[in-house]
Amino acid sequence: MSARPLSPRTLRIATGLAALGLALTACSTDETPSSTSSSSASAANPVDGGDLTFAIGNDPISLNPTGIGSGNDTFYVTRQLVDSLTWQDPADGSLKPWLATKWEANADQTEFTFTLRDGVTFSDGTPFTAASVKANFDDTVAAGAKSSAAANFIGYQGTTVVDDHTVKVAFTSPNAAFPQATSTVALGFVADSTLAIPFDERASGKGVVGTGPFVLDHYTKDTETVLTARDGYAWAPADRKGAGAPHLAKVTFQVAPEASVRTGSLTSGQVQAIGGVQPTDIPTLQDAGLPLVSRANPGIPFGLTFNESSDLGKDPAVREAIALAIDPTEIRDTALSDGFQVAVGPLASTTPGVADESSHLTTDPAKAASVLEADGWSKGADGIYAKGGTTLAPVLAWITNFSPNQTSVELIQSELKAVGIDATLWSGAVPDFQAKLKDGSFDLVWGNLSRADGDVLRTQYSTTATNFYRIDDPTLEKLLQEQLATGDEAKRTDLLAQAQERLVTQHHVIPVHELTTYLGLAKDAHGIELGADSRLDQLSTAWVD
Amino acid sequence: MSRYLVRRLLLAAGVLWAAYTVTFLVLYALPGDPVSIMYGGESSDVTPEQLDALRAQYGLDQPLPVQYVTQLGHALRGDLGTSVVNGQPVTTLIADALPPTAQIAGLALVLAIVVGGGLAVVATATRSRRLSGFLLSLPPLGVAVPSFWFGLTLVQWFSFQIPLFPALGNQGFASAVLPAVTLALPTSALIAQMLSRSLLHTLREPYVDTALAKGASRTRVHLRHALRNAALPALTVTGLVIGGLLSGAVVTETVFSRAGLGRLTATSVSAQDIPVVQGVVLVAATVYVLVNLLIDIVYPLLDPRIVTGSRRRVTSPPPPRPADAAPEPAADRVPVTAGGTR
Repeated sequence: MSARPLSPRTLRIATGLAALGLALTACSTDETPSSTSSSSASAANPVDGGDLTFAIGNDPISLNPTGIGSGNDTFYVTRQLVDSLTWQDPADGSLKPWLATKWEANADQTEFTFTLRDGVTFSDGTPFTAASVKANFDDTVAAGAKSSAAANFIGYQGTTVVDDHTVKVAFTSPNAAFPQATSTVALGFVADSTLAIPFDERASGKGVVGTGPFVLDHYTKDTETVLTARDGYAWAPADRKGAGAPHLAKVTFQVAPEASVRTGSLTSGQVQAIGGVQPTDIPTLQDAGLPLVSRANPGIPFGLTFNESSDLGKDPAVREAIALAIDPTEIRDTALSDGFQVAVGPLASTTPGVADESSHLTTDPAKAASVLEADGWSKGADGIYAKGGTTLAPVLAWITNFSPNQTSVELIQSELKAVGIDATLWSGAVPDFQAKLKDGSFDLVWGNLSRADGDVLRTQYSTTATNFYRIDDPTLEKLLQEQLATGDEAKRTDLLAQAQERLVTQHHVIPVHELTTYLGLAKDAHGIELGADSRLDQLSTAWVD
Repeated sequence: MSRYLVRRLLLAAGVLWAAYTVTFLVLYALPGDPVSIMYGGESSDVTPEQLDALRAQYGLDQPLPVQYVTQLGHALRGDLGTSVVNGQPVTTLIADALPPTAQIAGLALVLAIVVGGGLAVVATATRSRRLSGFLLSLPPLGVAVPSFWFGLTLVQWFSFQIPLFPALGNQGFASAVLPAVTLALPTSALIAQMLSRSLLHTLREPYVDTALAKGASRTRVHLRHALRNAALPALTVTGLVIGGLLSGAVVTETVFSRAGLGRLTATSVSAQDIPVVQGVVLVAATVYVLVNLLIDIVYPLLDPRIVTGSRRRVTSPPPPRPADAAPEPAADRVPVTAGGTR
C-alpha cells in the first residue's frame, strides 16, 4: 500500500489513543500494600469444594512427571498428580518423611535404603510398593536425556526390592545429594499402567496415574489442564501444616502467555491465582490490595561467572578488579525492587547449606584500579586499561530469561567503564547462548540456576560436569567432590561452606542478586504455598471462600 | 477453463514445494537443533552421548539432503512426522489448532469486509468534506497501530475494566470477539483504503454521469454501478489479507491466550520443532494458494471481460494499483429505464 503522510488529525487521534492506554495502567484502586510471604494467609477455616483457576505463562507440554516440559509451569501442574519419597520443608530446607517414613545411607553415600509408608495407593487403586519405586527409577534411567531426572541418577547401579516396604538404591559413586533429589517432582511416582505406556506417549497425560491429591480430568494444549480432587487421599507429608485431603474440588491451570494479561485477569477476578508475576507487575498487584506469595529461589543467585580458559578470565587480578568494580546493591536497586535480596554468596539464602560470604563481597572501584595497576595494567588514551597489547575489554554473555537482566548487565557495563574496563555485551537466542557456553568464546557470563541443594555448586563449577567455566582450581574441585561423598550433614555443610568461600575469594564468581518467585492471589484464595524449590507446592492446603 | 485450472494447480503445487523447501533450509540454518534446545539446557547434566542417541532417534544425525528427501517423501504421502517436543503427530496438532484459528480469522474477515467496505462507501458517498476527510484518514491509522498494543488495549477495556468478554482461552463465541476485532483492524484498513480509492476513481468515470443524467439516484449509481466495478482490486487485496490473518494470529492468539495455529507456530519456532513448523507452513501456503485460486475463478463472474482459459489474457487485474486496476466500466450495463432506488 502506498505511504501517505499522516494528517494532523490522524496524529491527534493516535496520541489520544496512546494516552488512553497509558491511563489504564494508572486505573487501580488505592489500598494499602499487602504483605508478602511464602504462603497466603490462612486465617479463616478452610472451605471444602471450591474451584480454583490458576493462570500460568507456558503450556505444560508434558504431563509426564519425569519428562521434560516447560520448566516451572510444568512442575506446578505435575506436582499435583504425584507424590515423592521425601518432602523438603521450605522453612529450613530439611527433608521430612512423605511416601518414605525413614531413609538411611551407607558410609560412603553410595547406597540409600528407604522404608515406605503403608496404605498408599495410586488413583487406579493399585498399591504403591517397593516394586513401584524400582520400576519408576529404572524407567527414568532408561529414558536417559528425555527425563529431567537423568542428572540425579549418574552412576546408578540399580534398585533392589528388599521387601514390600523397603527399597535400596545403589550407585557406583557417592551421591549424597540423592535424598534431596527424591523430594522433587521429577522423582515422583506413577503406576505400573503408566510405565507400560512408551515414554514419549505419556506427554499428553493420558494414562498418567499418580498417588497425588489430584487426578487429571483433561488437558488441552495451549489452553488448560483441569484436575479434580482424588477421593481418599490420606498421605500428605505429616510435617506440612494444614495438608491432607484436598479442599478444592477442581483446579484449572489456564495458559496465559502475556504477563500483563495474567495480572489483569487476576485483578478483574477472572482467575484466582497467577504464576510468573513480573517484577514490574508487583506494585500493580500490591496497589490492588491482592495477596502475594513470594519466596527467594534456592540455588545459584544471579551474578557473573568467569570463563577461566579466556586470557582475561584466567588472570586473578582481572577477576578481582571486576568483582571490586561491581556494586550489587546499586544493581538490585536499579533493576529490581526490595523484594529481591542482594546476594550473600555463591548460594542463595534459601539454599540448604548456604554460607554468608558477604564480608568477602565488597565494592571498591578505587581498589579495583590499584589491583590492576599492581598487576601491570595501565590506562591508555581512551581511559581503558591495557597490558602488553591486550585491552581490558571482556565479552559479557547474557540472555533475557529474566526481564530485568538487560538493565542489570547494562549497569554492570557502566560500572566497569567507570573503572576503565570496556565490557562488550553479547546476547542471543537460547541455542546461540548454549553454543557460546560450549565453545567458550566469552569472558564473563550472567545467569542463575535454581536448585534446593548445595550440590548445585558441583554441577555448575566442577570440571567433571558441564564445565562451561573451565575453572582450574584443584582445591575447589576437591571440596565439590568431597561434599557429594559426605553423608554427615554438619560435615557436608562445612565442606560446602569452604567451597562457597573459595568461589568468592578466588573471584571465580561474582554473586549479585537473588531471584524471588512471586504468585499473585485473589482475596478469596487461601493456603497456596511455594515449596522448598520455590515452585508451587501441592494444593492440598489450598481453598477458596 | 480446464487447461487454465490445471496450469494453476501445477503452479500451486510449485508454490507449496518452494515454501516447504525454504522453511526446511531456514530452520536448519538456525544454530542448535531441536534436541539440544529441548534436552541439553545449560543446567542439565545430560551427556553428549545421550543427546546423540536422541538425534539418531529423530533422524537428525543424517546428512541434510537425506533428511530433506526422507521428510519430503513422507510429506507427499500425507505423513508430516511427529513433534520433537511432545511426540504428537503433526497432523493431529494442526487439526486441533486449525478450527479455533479459522473461527477468529473467519469472523475477522467478515468484520473487515463489512467495516472496511462500509467505511469506503460512506467516505466516498458523503457530501461532507470533513466527514469524508476524517473517514479517509482512518485506514492509514488502522494499518499503523501495532496489533499487539491494540489487542492489549481491547483486553484492558472490554475484559478487565468492563467485564464484557473473557480475557483467556477458547470459551465459545464471546472469547472470539476481541481477537477477531484485533485481527480485523489492519485487514479492514487495507480493504477500506483500496476500495475507497477505487471508488473515487470509478465515480469520475463518464458512465456514472450518464447514469445520473438518465435519472438513477446517487445511491443506486454508487452501490449498483460504481461499487461493482470498484470491487475487483479490493477482492485481490482480500486474497492477500488471508495470509495476513494467519500471521496476525501469532500475535493475537498470544495476547488472548488462545490455542490455535498462531500459538502453535510461535511455540514450535522457539523450540525449533522442525516437523511442526514445516507442517504449519505447508498449511498456511495451501490456504493462501487455494484462496487466490478461488479469487481468480471468481473474477470472470464479476467482470465478463476478464477471460481465462484458451484465449489466455489478463487473468487477474494487477493488484495494489487501484487507480489503474479498476476495469473500464461497461456502459451497456447502465439500465436504459431510469429507475428510482429500490
